[in-house]
Amino acid sequence: MPPAASAHYRIERKTPASYAAAGAACVLVAVLAAIPGFAGRNVVEELIFVYYMLALAQCWNLLAGYAGLVSIGQQAFVGLGGYLLFALTIIAGLDPLVAILLCGLIAAAFALPTALVVFRLRGAYFAIGTWVVAEVYRLGFAQFKRLGGGTGTSLGPEITNQVFGIEWIKSLFDVRTPAARDIISYWVALALAAATLVLVYLILRSRRGLALGAIRDSEDAAESVGVDYFRVKLGIYVITAVATGMIGALIYLQNARISPDAAFSVLNWTAYVIFIVVIGGIGTIEGPIVGTLVFYLMQRYLASFGAWYLIVLGALAIAVMLFAPKGLWGYAAGRYGLALFPIRRRLLVKNQD
Amino acid sequence: MSLLEIHGLRKCFGSVVAADDIAFIVAAGEALGIIGPNGAGKTTLFNLIAGGLFPDAGTIRLDGHDITAARPHQRCRAGIARSYQIPRPFENFTVFENLLVAAVHGGRKSEADAAQLCGEILNRCRLLPRANALAGSLTLLERKRLEMARALATAPRLLLLDEIAGGLTESECAELVGTIKELRATGVTIVWIEHIVHALVAVVDRLIVLNFGRKIADGNPQAVMSSADVQQIYIGIEA
Repeated sequence: MPPAASAHYRIERKTPASYAAAGAACVLVAVLAAIPGFAGRNVVEELIFVYYMLALAQCWNLLAGYAGLVSIGQQAFVGLGGYLLFALTIIAGLDPLVAILLCGLIAAAFALPTALVVFRLRGAYFAIGTWVVAEVYRLGFAQFKRLGGGTGTSLGPEITNQVFGIEWIKSLFDVRTPAARDIISYWVALALAAATLVLVYLILRSRRGLALGAIRDSEDAAESVGVDYFRVKLGIYVITAVATGMIGALIYLQNARISPDAAFSVLNWTAYVIFIVVIGGIGTIEGPIVGTLVFYLMQRYLASFGAWYLIVLGALAIAVMLFAPKGLWGYAAGRYGLALFPIRRRLLVKNQD
Repeated sequence: MSLLEIHGLRKCFGSVVAADDIAFIVAAGEALGIIGPNGAGKTTLFNLIAGGLFPDAGTIRLDGHDITAARPHQRCRAGIARSYQIPRPFENFTVFENLLVAAVHGGRKSEADAAQLCGEILNRCRLLPRANALAGSLTLLERKRLEMARALATAPRLLLLDEIAGGLTESECAELVGTIKELRATGVTIVWIEHIVHALVAVVDRLIVLNFGRKIADGNPQAVMSSADVQQIYIGIEA
């Protein structure tokens, strides 16, 4: 029976499963935050790596998987963040944690003019264009003598040991300075990874998320129903640059040594990230999580095989693209109807009597 | 009161003239039909009005405002909505989400207000039972209905329908014509391109005939269809 003309309609998004997932996620983050209390330093260091790769993967997935901006130049913002951190701490004398926040803001200021250049290109040309821009950034930062020029420079202990809160952590966990430094980096990395994930989720649930889904399916049709796709894409590009810049700053605070070739490495900061997103499942929030775990395990157990490690990595990526094009998570989600992050909107009808 | 005014509109693709000095006015509340043989420039005309293409010359005014240089999303927000000849649903969205994005971005509504509007449109377009189905899973008739419903969700003043009845069976076509008639009664101005002339004539008050990018007839549907030019060019080809 069709509903009466006076029927009331509303949107439903949450499901009991999503409440449970949200609760579980909070517990998980709390547990992860407590890990430095009982795990060794090597575990903490490895998890820092997992967190920042996850955060980078979430960013690239938002950019490529949702906004259709297949960039292979995100190393531009990792390197930018890293170099800005060095500049702000060594030259401007700021606290590294303050510097990380500033790196995000400054990355946005760089991303806007960069976008105006690369957004003139489409598809494959966009991808190559972003790479070229990243090379320009690399060559640009190699000119700064105060930051070591082409060979790079290090953060002295006078900076890394003065991070805000380090004395408190030393007494809380009863550890030496280097371990306390790791713990701070660990918490910042965990916070960045969690924040990036929440950010992506909130964007997808917003009006902008609706626009992104429409653009992904048909750019023309999206425009014809009032979506300003240039603005939506520009917004996503800048937001991703902010997050990527902050992650880059954290990575190089943890490394304490930077050089143009490493900071703007397409292999480390984009190729591996694409691998993670593709095998995990592009265009899903869960995919990058799965991908990061797979990547971490392979890195841990295969890295000692040298070139074979990269060959296995590439072969796995090809196999996934051939047999499960939606990635491991996409394959599982399609088969078992899983969704930890519900972004679908359902229409509910209530007939008024 | 004229809603849409078109003057001296011209568009060429290489040596092909798809729109050649086209001019007409659509009054608010009117239903205008456009017919013409394949390649006459009907869809090009829609693309020029909706903003998918920019003209080489001429002006387009909506409510007296020059929108010739406006981008498609701006025209949508100004009140022009269109359906595509080959349906272009957002396939990974549900039917409801297809309308929601249109109501939120084109209609500038909050999601809660949009939900009410979208529900009512889905009900009117007989898509409510499929509201939470993926748009990619729809049948052709449902896709055609979705094209129309999605355009309506932007709360347009001018609705451009591009061969919405094309490819449907006789009974599906009659059902769709019924829906469009109901729509007319709500006051929205309609410009409808269609090959199926009897469907068109059942709804519109006025008919324009295009051939080789030029307007060759404009007026009362019966008078236009019986004019010698139209008989020769249009009916002649079909027979």
